[in-house]
Amino acid sequence: MEKILEVKDLNISFHTYAGEVKAVRGVSFDLHRGESLAIVGESGCGKTVTAKSIMRLLKEPPAEIKPGSQIIFDGKEDIVKMNRKRLKSFRGADVSMIFQDPMTSLNPTMTVGKQIMETLQIHKGMNKIEAKKEAIELLKIVNIPNPEVRINNYPHQLSGGMRQRVMIAMAISCNPKILIADEPTTALDVTIQAQIMDLLNELKDKFNTAIILITHDLGVVANFADKVQVMYAGEIIERGTREEIFYKSMHPYTWALLNSVPRLDTESKQELYSLGGTPPDLILPLKGCAFSSRCEYAMEICLERKPETTQLSPTHSLCCWLQHPDAPKVNRSEVVRGEING
Amino acid sequence: MGRYIVKRIIYMLLTLFIITTITFFLMHSIPGDPLAHMAKNLPEQVKANYYKKYGLDQPVIVQYGKFLKNVFTEGNLGESLRYPGRSVTETVLNNSKVSGRVGVQAISLGIVIGITLGIIAALFRNKWPDYLVMFIAILGVTVPSFIIASLLQYTFTVKFQLLPTTGWGDMKHTILPTIALAFSPIATYARYMRSNVLEVINQDYILTAQAKGVGTFSLITKHILRNAILPVITILGPQIAGIFTGSFVIERIFGIPGLGSYYITSINDRDYTMIIGTTVFYAAIFVVAQLVTDILYGIVDPRIRVSNDNE
Amino acid sequence: MEAIPKDKFRRVEIDSKEAEKMARPQISYWQDAWRRLKTNKVAILSLIILSLIIIMSIIGPIISGYEYEEVDPKSLNQPPSSEHWFGTDELGRDLFSRVWQAGRVSIIIGITGALISAIVGTIYGGIAAYFGGKVDNIMMRIVEILYSIPYLLVVILVSIVTDSKSLGSMLIALTLTGWCGTARMVRGQMLQIKSQEYIMAAETLGVKPSKIIIRHLIPNVLNVLIVSISFSIPNYIFSESFLSFIGLGIQPPNTSWGALASAAQQKFIFYPYQLFFPGLMIALTMLSFTLLGDGLRDALDPRLRE
Repeated sequence: MEKILEVKDLNISFHTYAGEVKAVRGVSFDLHRGESLAIVGESGCGKTVTAKSIMRLLKEPPAEIKPGSQIIFDGKEDIVKMNRKRLKSFRGADVSMIFQDPMTSLNPTMTVGKQIMETLQIHKGMNKIEAKKEAIELLKIVNIPNPEVRINNYPHQLSGGMRQRVMIAMAISCNPKILIADEPTTALDVTIQAQIMDLLNELKDKFNTAIILITHDLGVVANFADKVQVMYAGEIIERGTREEIFYKSMHPYTWALLNSVPRLDTESKQELYSLGGTPPDLILPLKGCAFSSRCEYAMEICLERKPETTQLSPTHSLCCWLQHPDAPKVNRSEVVRGEING
Repeated sequence: MGRYIVKRIIYMLLTLFIITTITFFLMHSIPGDPLAHMAKNLPEQVKANYYKKYGLDQPVIVQYGKFLKNVFTEGNLGESLRYPGRSVTETVLNNSKVSGRVGVQAISLGIVIGITLGIIAALFRNKWPDYLVMFIAILGVTVPSFIIASLLQYTFTVKFQLLPTTGWGDMKHTILPTIALAFSPIATYARYMRSNVLEVINQDYILTAQAKGVGTFSLITKHILRNAILPVITILGPQIAGIFTGSFVIERIFGIPGLGSYYITSINDRDYTMIIGTTVFYAAIFVVAQLVTDILYGIVDPRIRVSNDNE
Repeated sequence: MEAIPKDKFRRVEIDSKEAEKMARPQISYWQDAWRRLKTNKVAILSLIILSLIIIMSIIGPIISGYEYEEVDPKSLNQPPSSEHWFGTDELGRDLFSRVWQAGRVSIIIGITGALISAIVGTIYGGIAAYFGGKVDNIMMRIVEILYSIPYLLVVILVSIVTDSKSLGSMLIALTLTGWCGTARMVRGQMLQIKSQEYIMAAETLGVKPSKIIIRHLIPNVLNVLIVSISFSIPNYIFSESFLSFIGLGIQPPNTSWGALASAAQQKFIFYPYQLFFPGLMIALTMLSFTLLGDGLRDALDPRLRE
């Protein structure tokens, strides 16, 4: 499979009143055509910033993509270096994005049809009639009933799930090579969540679109992603295939995330696991492992030095001192309660 | 929407009725003889006739009933106390044409320039165009209109003698008063529009539009401006009220025979029937303007439009 | 990989409570607001200008050497000179004295008017929000109707009736419906806070109502109130000058900025300086209060905290 996206040593800072917030610190990853990648982490861990930087949607300033960062699209173009004109033709056509809150992500004073048509008119040069026909087709693809009627509706006349479908229709309208979904189901009801994820899966196979799914919920990832990356305090701390993350992960933070997913097989009286503490303040300089202050297995070295990357398999790697030969051994099966049925 | 409008009209009439009543009783509660200025030297019999003519010999409540009846059946606001024989309704209507012309010109100028300036300021946020616009806007809000009017008058009529100092007649007489009157709306609209645009720019749907690849020009015209301009309609009502009171001052300075200057004259003359009539007229215009503003907003904003349908 | 001493791999106990501690220093709401206001140069400059104007209004009439109502037939309509710093008017009265004397009247009207409407409005709005339901409904309908009457019309009418030539009756005219805006704002703010989740949380946790009022309601209402006062002071000064301009304000020999400007406006073409000083004072005061209000709003809005 060819690489559609290569992120290399991405560093992003925000210049704020209080100082420089290093939101993303040296993130690198690859994405292949038609592949689905999930980026998982708590709010504020830099996952959304990473996603937005792929579309260059960050407001610069206050945001700054640090020199040396590269985001290579389709093996030839560096997104970081794209000019305005290229960005305009790039966004929405080559890469598109779905946002968290469908309530506020659609223009309230424009019919949903017009909003879908707009993309088609910009990138495919369609006239109004063609665009309208295509927009109705797209609404059918995302399973909206009565598309001929719905096309004239304003966003507030649609339910949350329907709005997110409209967002998806808009995003896939120009057959993008990459679709970024930033917490696409967080603002929706649980029943709708599954439908939206199924729809994304279906579209991925149908159009061979690579999908980057940003989420804080490993439960959403379970039935979806080929690859999973866990982010913490602006860094990727563990990555692997879905199976590797769910069944063989070795980072205590990944364990904590796995344990906080509610499951059917746990006893009802058993308390849901929750991780104490808060992520570090990204304005302050980080010494050692960013997770050490909340880590149950923290060692002296964790507070002093940053852990190096350990490769467990060609696809599975992590940054944790527990992998050091001198570190005490922790038995994974004792920590991770049960398994998620992936 | 229909039900909503009916409800609003009922409220409007109620408000108008209350204003009329308050005005009437306030004016009739003033101690002293309303005809004192002319009755002093008149013989008793003539005096009594005058009182009878204006109904002043009857209890206030009866006078009020008569007044209401005349207003609602024939739109008759009575007769001037100061200048017997002069109809209040006619005077108000004649003078309001003059005021109306200047007022409409000023409001239109204020909206167009104010909105434009506000957009420019927001798009160049924290750069010099923004600072310039905000400086003008702050001057417009804080410098009283009579000072602006005086300065305009001095510059364009005394210093450069381009325009007539005072008077009324053709287009050139309206230029300075319009500009003087437009200053405050320009300032208000510029400030309001600026903050609206800045608010809209931070909305999620602007990010969506950017993510779609919408160009800067369409982003501003189609997505930002449409959403930012809608609420501007809501301050049209208060602006119209501001134009009235502004006209009191401006018309006096430029010697314009409008309703504002006439109103001030009748206040200084203590011409009570005239004051009541003019006040009621002003209140009516103001209340209607507010109603029209609300309905207009309902029509333009799809969110309100539909939520009212569902009522 | 370089060698790492084995003892570095000893477990350390992490106190999770320690980790919960805020890394940045905490400061109180009012301290933070003051700190933010101090960094706002425009607001501080406005504050300085206002202090100067107020000080001059207190001492100005004394240091000029002339009484403000002192008529001098020998020096009529004089331009500014070393003798009369701001010149004289058509009766030969010293304008420097008169401008600062007028300032007393205008500023007193501005501040008292704003305070009265803030107090009345807060009480009214507070009662409406506290009782809610029918009481709230009726009270707010009344305000709505009062609010829909053009403000200056009310002021004019009441001024005619009370024959407002004195400070007191003028204040009544100016504040009679002036409090309606504050009442609406206070009620809105209180209802909004009451429905906020942290208040609900506090209630569920058994925090006493008095504590909720002191800790949450008052600070949140106080900040909007302070901002609204600083915006309404210039409005009252403006309304007063408007009233004086149309002949309903303070009567001679006493004076206000509006009355001075009104008198000067009629002879503006011949003696522009007579309008310059009162006009400048009105503009400067209004400008300073408005900019200070902007600064206060930015400083007091905790959502803008960085």
